[in-house]
Amino acid sequence: MSQGTLFDKVWDLHTVGSLTSGQAQLFIGLHLIHEVTSPQAFSMLADRNLPVLYPNRTIATVDHIVPTDNQARPFADGLAEEMMQVLEQSCQKHGIRFFNIGCGSQGIVHVIAPEQGLTQPGMTIACGDSHTSTHGAFGAIAFGIGTSQVRDVLASQTLALSKLKVRKIEVNGALRPGVYAKDVILHIIRSLGVKGGVGYAYEYAGTTFEQMRMEERMTVCNMAIEGGARCGYINPDHVTFDYLKGRDFAPQAADWEQAVNWWTSLRSDADAVYDDVIVFDAAEIAPTVTWGITPGQGIAIDQVVPTPESLPDSERAIAEEAYQYMDLIPGQKLQGTKVDVCFIGSCTNGRISDLREAAKFAQGRHVAAGIKAFVVPGSERVKQQAEAEGLDQIFLTAGFEWREPGCSMCLAMNPDKLAGRQLSASSSNRNFKGRQGSASGRTLLMSPAMVVAAAVTGQVTDVRELLN
Amino acid sequence: MNSEIQTISGRGIPLIGNDIDTDRIIPARFLRCVTFDGLGAQVFADDRTALNGQHPFDLPQYQGANILVVNGNFGCGSSREHAPQAIAKWGIRAIVGESFAEIFFGNCVAIGIPCLAATADGVEQLQSRLIADPQSSVQINLKTMQVDCGDFLVPIRMEAGIRQMMLSGTWDACGQLLSNKKQIQTTVAKLPYLAWAV
Repeated sequence: MSQGTLFDKVWDLHTVGSLTSGQAQLFIGLHLIHEVTSPQAFSMLADRNLPVLYPNRTIATVDHIVPTDNQARPFADGLAEEMMQVLEQSCQKHGIRFFNIGCGSQGIVHVIAPEQGLTQPGMTIACGDSHTSTHGAFGAIAFGIGTSQVRDVLASQTLALSKLKVRKIEVNGALRPGVYAKDVILHIIRSLGVKGGVGYAYEYAGTTFEQMRMEERMTVCNMAIEGGARCGYINPDHVTFDYLKGRDFAPQAADWEQAVNWWTSLRSDADAVYDDVIVFDAAEIAPTVTWGITPGQGIAIDQVVPTPESLPDSERAIAEEAYQYMDLIPGQKLQGTKVDVCFIGSCTNGRISDLREAAKFAQGRHVAAGIKAFVVPGSERVKQQAEAEGLDQIFLTAGFEWREPGCSMCLAMNPDKLAGRQLSASSSNRNFKGRQGSASGRTLLMSPAMVVAAAVTGQVTDVRELLN
Repeated sequence: MNSEIQTISGRGIPLIGNDIDTDRIIPARFLRCVTFDGLGAQVFADDRTALNGQHPFDLPQYQGANILVVNGNFGCGSSREHAPQAIAKWGIRAIVGESFAEIFFGNCVAIGIPCLAATADGVEQLQSRLIADPQSSVQINLKTMQVDCGDFLVPIRMEAGIRQMMLSGTWDACGQLLSNKKQIQTTVAKLPYLAWAV
């Protein structure tokens, strides 16, 4: 059993008590809600005549269903409009702070909470979205929940949970040129498998993560769930503190020093005990791309689609399903495969540093003929910052569309969808069958830089070929 | 409003495949709703269309089944409770499988759908039986932790505390969480960051 890790310390501090089931009752310091998984929770509260216990600890925004072209109200999609209205009414009724479209701070829930300083080390954070693990980048314990649990948090600011084991995933060394945080997490997932993390919290440690900026750390923690781990975190350090200082909701003035001291005390002890430790060498990680229908079906860009014989028995059936669905032949290279749509955005890779990096590769190049390429900033603030830096003009000149913030084609609940069997190069997090809005649509996950490389060449391309 | 869940009897429906994610269980376009009411008809919508009537949820012999038998890592991906809700509204009361994704498992607990783990061999034995004889009667017993298929038994596992919640009908945790308001306040007083908040 783990001991002395940040996870243990934060868990213990937030434990209200033990329930009759043996589960812990855990206090949730920050609850984030959006329009898709909360309406039913508010209905459940109404059914039971319950108030929201700590309305100031819940923050709302709208992201999943929002159109990224025309955001005029009412939305063209009547169902989406209804969801918007229910969220607006619920927030108003219960006194919940709501970052609505046009307020200047709306965006993907996992982008806006960090950028406003809402996400802080040592917090427990829950949200009705599996990518809540993102917030672990700050040394918070953050996890996705379902709607009944959203109800529980609204009603009691607590959850019934079983304690997780802690696995330390250490990656050491400098990343090679053209290799990004996205490649690191795709590499980890393909090495440990999509269910390797079930029952674990992942602590990402080692010099590779220490050298990452906050937004890169968020990309890594974001996809913990794709490896089966409900939460992933990185111990807070000066990078974390420098990022937070001065942000809207960060501790101010005299509180700041106290906060830094407290945050520092929560770091995993040097002699902390882990349930498991796995070590990777950063130099072994190449630009990585998925070829199949789970985020674990990935390869280094210069590798071939694996043959069934090269896979463990347990992975062959899903590989066969993937060859057929993706229309790929085992042993073939992905490089050179023609793509149809290129998407840059999502809670994984829709932040300003992602757009800056993508713009570097887009500058002076042009989207290949017949390719639809679009950029969806993660939030209104990201969009505004990008425009102030002229990134929008770089993308537009290069033939990309420049959109309004939202989740967009990561899960395609809004009008941004693949059509038919289109193949998408995507900076998002899931390549499940039908994920991007067409029941037969196909997705290749990769870093934003790799998406640009695909867009400008019209095919899956090793971004290192574009490095000068 | 909780009910005790000790045995679930009925017929089974096999769904073969590892890593069946919640996007497949309920595609995102069906999440454009403010109630869970209509989800039963939409469960596995795209998989069913692709199989053109041959998906287990469409086959006549499995209509009315209430015990779903799956393989590994069932329910991975998105946290959408719409997935277990859709399965439940189709008529499923319990799921037996090799393993379950964690958020999906928790969502099932919260709505009183027990997810029971069995060995790969046990699951295969159950699935084979349900394919050969879809009318087999199946009984899950949470007291003895066995699935009884008439002429064979498959042992099942579940975390002790969760099993207790099912047996005692306390799987909806909301009431118990709320009954500890005093302790909640004690915890709140210990957390420095709540005082720094806006």
